[in-house]
Parts: sequence; C-alpha cells; structure tokens
Amino acid sequence: MMGSQMVGMYLKETWATIYMTLISSAISYLIGIPLGVILVVTDKDGIHPLAPVHAVLGFLINIFRSIPFLILLVMVLPVTKFLVGTTLGPKAIIPPLIFASAPYIGRMVESSLKEVPAGVIEAAKSMGATNWQIIWKVLLPEAKPSLLIGAAICITTILSYSAMAGFVGGGGLGAIALNYGYYRYQTDIMLIAVVVLVLIVQAIQEFWMRLASFVDKRAK
Amino acid sequence: MDTQSGELAFGHDAVPASEQSERAKAAEVDDFIIRLVNMGKVFTTSSGDVVALDDICLDIRRGSIQGIIGLSGAGKSTLVRCINYLEVPTSGRVIFEGKSLGDMSPVEVREARRKMGMIFQQFNLLDQRSLLRNVTFPLEIAKTGRREAKKRAMDLLRLVGLEDRARNYPAQLSGGQKQRVAIARALATSPKVLLCDEATSALDPKTTRQILDLLKKINREMGVTVIVITHQMSVIEAICDEVAVIDHSHIAEKGPVSELFSNPKTEIARRLILGDENEEVHFGNNRKVRIVFDGRNAHEPIISDMVMSCKTAVNILFANTREVEGQAVGQMLVELPEKEEEAERITHYLRQRGILFEEVK
Repeated sequence: MMGSQMVGMYLKETWATIYMTLISSAISYLIGIPLGVILVVTDKDGIHPLAPVHAVLGFLINIFRSIPFLILLVMVLPVTKFLVGTTLGPKAIIPPLIFASAPYIGRMVESSLKEVPAGVIEAAKSMGATNWQIIWKVLLPEAKPSLLIGAAICITTILSYSAMAGFVGGGGLGAIALNYGYYRYQTDIMLIAVVVLVLIVQAIQEFWMRLASFVDKRAK
Repeated sequence: MDTQSGELAFGHDAVPASEQSERAKAAEVDDFIIRLVNMGKVFTTSSGDVVALDDICLDIRRGSIQGIIGLSGAGKSTLVRCINYLEVPTSGRVIFEGKSLGDMSPVEVREARRKMGMIFQQFNLLDQRSLLRNVTFPLEIAKTGRREAKKRAMDLLRLVGLEDRARNYPAQLSGGQKQRVAIARALATSPKVLLCDEATSALDPKTTRQILDLLKKINREMGVTVIVITHQMSVIEAICDEVAVIDHSHIAEKGPVSELFSNPKTEIARRLILGDENEEVHFGNNRKVRIVFDGRNAHEPIISDMVMSCKTAVNILFANTREVEGQAVGQMLVELPEKEEEAERITHYLRQRGILFEEVK
C-alpha cells in the first residue's frame, strides 16, 4: 500500500499545501499591512484621525472575520471563478484564503503597530516628520519584531485553512486526510497527513520566531 | 499705547510711527525667540471640556534657559507641546521668531519644529535603530544627505560622550546615556530651541546633574535657548535663568530664578521652593526664616558667623544645599531664638550681610 505511489502523493500534496499557504500569505500580507496601517492611522488617537474610515473599515473586517472559512469558501466561488478561471484545485483555494486572511492579518498588523509607544511617534512629530515618514520610518520598522511574531501566527492559520481545500477539490494534505481518513476510513493515511501538517506548522513557527528575535534589537 | 502718543512721537523724532513700531517689533523678535500670547488650550472630552491652559503669556528670551515648573497636572506638559504645535492651542498665539505658528502652513510648522529640538522623560529613542541611526533620524526626515548626516551625528555623539557606542542599540544603554543620545538627536537639525519635557525625572540625582550640566553647556556654547519643564525646583535652581510657575492652568508667577527664590509671591511658589520635605517640619514655635544661598556665599560659613557675631543660637529645621558649578546653592529653614531682640539681631545681621532670606509661617 505504502508504495512509491503513496510517497509521490504525499510529496505532491505537501507541495500543494505549501504553495497555497505561501501564495495566499504573501498576497494577504500585501493587503493586510495597508489595512492595519489605515486602522492605526485613522484611529481616534492615531496620527491622522478619521472616524468614518476607521469605523467602516473595522466593520467590513469584522464581517469577513465572522464568516466561517468553509462558508466563505463557498460564498466566494463566483469571485474565485472570475479571478482564477476555475473553482477546482489548489489555485481555486487561493482567493477564498485571501478573503479570509487579509482582514485577519489587518487586525494582527493593527495590534503590532499599536505596540509602538506613543512617545516615540510624538518624538518623530517633534522633528517635523510627515505622516508618511512616521509610517515608513517609525511605525513599521519599530513594530518589525512584533509583525514577524504575528506572521508566524497568521501563516500557520492560513495553513490550517488551506487544509479545508479538500472540500472543494483543492488538494493539499488536508485533502488526503479528508479523502482517505473521512471518506474511506483509512486512518493510517490520514494520520501521516496530519503528522506532516504538524511538522510544517512547527517549522514555520520556529523559523519566524527565530527571525523575530534575531531582528529585535531590544533584547541584545 | 494710544494713537495720540504715536503721533507725538512722529512729530518729535520725525520718524514715521509705522517704522518705529517695525523697529520695536524687530527688537522684540531679536530679544524673544518665543512669545506665548494669551495662549489657552481646552480639551474637549466626552465628559465635557477640560481647561488645560488659560491665558498664558510668556516671553522667552533668546539664549536663556527658561524654566517652567508646576505640580503634576498643572498643565506644563501641554504648555511645552503647544510651543511646537504638537498640541494646537485653542486660543491665543504662539510666536516663534516673530511668526505666529497659527498662521503657518503644515509644511512651515514642520520646518519650525526642526528648529526646536525636543527631549522627553521617557527618552523616546527608536529601539530598532542603532545610536548613530537614532541621531541621523531627524536628518533623514529633513532629507539631508547620508554622509553629511553621519558626520553630523558622529560629532553630536562625541559632544555627548557616546561616540564609541555609535553602533550600539538603545536597549544596551543606561537611562542617562539614553537621554544623552536623545539630546544628540534633538540637536541634529541645529535647532535654536531645545524643549525639555521632564527630561531628568526618570533619572537618579547624579545622572540628573550630568544631564543638567550638559544642557547648560549646550546653552552656553551653542547658544541654544533651552526650555525646561519640571516639577523639581532643584532643576530650576541648577540651570535656569528665568522661571514661570504654572498652577491650575495659569502662570502663577514668573521672573528671574533668584527673585523667585528670595521673594516668592505666591503660595504655590513657596511650596515648590520648600519642597514636600518641608511639610514634615511642624515643630518649632518661634519665628522661622528661610535663608537662600545663591552661590555668592559659597565659601563662607554663614551660619556659624551669624551665631558667633549675634551671640545667640538658632535651630536648623531643614537644609537643602548642593554645589552647582562650584557654587553653593540651596536653602535652609532656621528657627529664630525665642527672645524678640535676639531674633531681630539675626535678621539684622542677615540683611547687613546681604544674605537672601524671608520669614515663613
């Protein structure tokens, strides 16, 4: 049973999982960082308070975050079809992953940026910094270690979401677990898939946390 | 001045009144680098308006060290933030080098801020940047060239005695060192004014003195006008030329430091001068005088001389003296003898010797 065919399947689906996770994480961060920045900047004690923008954005993010991923996956199928031309396979899981994780990342980024002491921002203002300079030279660089820790959490969350791709024929390790373990009662095959998932999560977590403490100049 | 006197002046000197006022204005600009004119600040909160500052008038002399003292919550932190428009006053004007900040565009306000460095109680250094890059930060903001910025930053780190730590990060420094870096950073854009918001309040007494000496050096050698916000009278004593006492959003009194010390006019000033320690001094039923050491009488044993020449004993209730730049500065609370004539002898002696003192309750 566990022939080279099976090994090949594990390799292929492991790659599919990593592919889905990385692509979705990268695009979600491209959207999530600006979202988080806008949330912090437009907050009432932010550097450019703008209550309506803050409220509307916060509301939209909360809506996306409160929809269970599996339901979101189905809801955005037409959008997925429009964006990637198919509703099947690893590619088709990327749009819903982005819809689910960009708002989540937005909140993570928001909380990281809020850790930057108000006094440091005030100091930059006292030097005549513009809001753009404060964002690029103070908020983001000073929050870097916290942003990386947040990334460890976000990427592993995206990975676990991607495991649900199996439900729409998206492939990946989740699909193996689902197809063999749930539909065919082949628990051993499912367990191996789960173990591989656990190992990937551990690796990501470890790597990002090390990176975060490596770049953090406060601890040395 | 009314119009009539203006016309009179015109007739007398044959100088147009307008030109005269121009000259007067120019002289003012030259004398006072910052003028606060009827400045007020009201914070609007959900639980109603809170008056933080009311009708503040203060002229800050170019090249001086101006102290602003008050208890916490008196409004002094808001005041210093109004000077560089981190807080925008809700009434009155802030005039910097003859121009009202209220009339400036956002770009001009940012340029004005570059001419006013600021340091803080919590230092507010950028933790993820090396010391060198902390000091070059304001120059980056001002778009100064990299090499020039680095050279300037190294010069400033040398000035504050931390050039060999340029590659270190703030987390590796003590509080006093962090404040030195903050001072170097604040001076990077060659400001004309240095705003110090409780800059020594998080430091121990020894480090406080080193920082104060550095501020004084910057003032004397670079001609930077220094504005010191503090709740500690010792800071005012140590370096300030002029002082304004803030109490309940108002300026209670202002003037030269020596004058405030020898003759405080308000209760709050007296309280700040004597400090909280004095509240412990309840004993002693006789008349008490507060003797001020202003530095002139550093090497004279005033109290023993007084006791010997008056041939009467005094009871020292409280003393607080320190050496600042080789001068004894401080104060002493002395209980006078019970007999009225002996007490008079002492006050007469003090007056004769020109020693500052005042009677306290």
